[in-house]
Amino acid sequence: MVRSPITVSKFRNTFFGWWAVWALLQGLLIYGYGYPFEIAAIDSIVTNILMLAACWMVTNILRFYMPEKDRKWYILFLSIILSLMVTSAAKWILGYAYTDKFSPGYSLFLSNSFCIRLCIAFLLIGCMTIICVLWYTVEEEQVNRQRKEDAERLSRDAELYKLRQQLQPHFLFNSLNSISALISSQPEQARKMIYQLSDFLRATLRKEEEQWVKMEEELQTLELYLDIEKVRFGHRLTTFIEKDNACLQMQLPPMLLQPVMENAIKFGLYDTTDVVTISMFITKENDYLKVVVKNPFDLETSTPKRGTGFGLNSVKRRLYLLFARNDLVETEAEDHIFTTSIRIPQQG
Amino acid sequence: MKAIIIDDEPLARSIIKEYLQHHPQIQLLAECSDGFEGVKAIQQYQPDLIFLDIQMPKINGFEMLELIEQPPQVIFTTAFDEYAIKAFESHAVDYLLKPFSRERFDKAVGKWLAQENNGAAKVNLTSFLDSAVRTPAEQQRVVVKLSGKISIIPVDDIHYLEAADDYVKIHTKGGSFLKNKTMGHFETVLNKDQFVRTHRSYMINISEITRIDPYEKENHLAILRSGVRVPVSKAGYVKLKAVLGI
Repeated sequence: MVRSPITVSKFRNTFFGWWAVWALLQGLLIYGYGYPFEIAAIDSIVTNILMLAACWMVTNILRFYMPEKDRKWYILFLSIILSLMVTSAAKWILGYAYTDKFSPGYSLFLSNSFCIRLCIAFLLIGCMTIICVLWYTVEEEQVNRQRKEDAERLSRDAELYKLRQQLQPHFLFNSLNSISALISSQPEQARKMIYQLSDFLRATLRKEEEQWVKMEEELQTLELYLDIEKVRFGHRLTTFIEKDNACLQMQLPPMLLQPVMENAIKFGLYDTTDVVTISMFITKENDYLKVVVKNPFDLETSTPKRGTGFGLNSVKRRLYLLFARNDLVETEAEDHIFTTSIRIPQQG
Repeated sequence: MKAIIIDDEPLARSIIKEYLQHHPQIQLLAECSDGFEGVKAIQQYQPDLIFLDIQMPKINGFEMLELIEQPPQVIFTTAFDEYAIKAFESHAVDYLLKPFSRERFDKAVGKWLAQENNGAAKVNLTSFLDSAVRTPAEQQRVVVKLSGKISIIPVDDIHYLEAADDYVKIHTKGGSFLKNKTMGHFETVLNKDQFVRTHRSYMINISEITRIDPYEKENHLAILRSGVRVPVSKAGYVKLKAVLGI
């Protein structure tokens, strides 16, 4: 529901300020015509209290019933009716209270000034009506925008959550199969792998996207993941991580790098039959945390020319949702090496 | 009874080997870590049964089977493959979802042994491979074998396909290859927006077409970038126009 302008103190103060000035002016005007001070004051106060009531009605009527775009005549109609009511009521009350006995000629003045009073009332109430229409239009727009923003944020949060949850079932089932194979031959190693897998799964379950992690933490998770993959693929997989110690305290969204690494491993291992080395370089570049991942690929059979290829789209999408930028993920294929560069802006 | 294990993960092979120790009648002849080794080992040992993983380096399990003239009986072993699991149910001897128990493994082997002893009709893998749903990666390449050498052709490199008896001749920028498949197979496998069957015996990669000329009555000829002229039938011309949007 939109707010009434009266509930906003800035609007209220301005309104009553102008109201007081106007009441004073009207009093002075009547006093200037030669009527006693008391009569001038009462006339001004009665008229303007009635005006106040009319203005209050305008704000409330428009609050609950805003005219449609093609029914603007309603504003005019409302102003005319209200100004007629105000002026007639003022004439009746003042004429009843003051007869010519107290102030000769006042009742004649009341009748003669009816027209000018009506015009002034119409102008003032018309102004108030237009101000209210503008006010409510802006208010309604703000409420709508807020609602739209809320809806967008909700769907963005949901999408971010989903993107982070895209853990490959292949990975999970194959790891369990490796554990099953290790149990009879190397039970200690099997047990170790269960712990690693549990720790890794726990890290993937972190919920709040806002809760960024330190590079140090993300690296620990990543190493768990890599250790598991190395058990799976045996001697075929080796990894190399070079990190600038200054980067360890830098922040990044949780589980951002794991899918990048997963892609590198998948395409490194499934695109060649040789021993594969995946390397990762972590550096600080201006206000960015920069992570570069390199994996070998086969120039002949892969088609990295298709977009970013290699399923990095979820990482790209996530960074876009977080920073509204499309230039944070870059890929390059050269000399049988596929390079993925990711830059993470640092907050604050 | 001879068997071979083909799986790229050493631990996955070791568990099958361990379970096989309880079946002394089955002799394990080789362990292969990818499809290339698999093709070689199958030719060399002529096994009765193979345990085959699907996701493997370079060429996957299905593509490997396509390269073998008369594939042996197969028990598929896979972790999770949305594309394949449905297809297995009707076509393979059995399939094992990793991780699998020894009981489940024994059941699969028992099923195969019973089939062998009864002389029951062998599972027809060829029809299975023709019908198997393709993964996105498979739609991007075709695996062929030419005088013992296995080649992987990216589909973008294919100029056109030509029917040749029981084979399909794949013409690419690097020469032509024969594959023991039907035109119908390629029609289902290849991307329909890229490859159009313009004639009973021809299928063209539309990005290779430079010109289409009328030829005799109601027929056309497509001129490819390489200069080759490929026949387009009346019905083929209609299809071609629809895909090209003219």
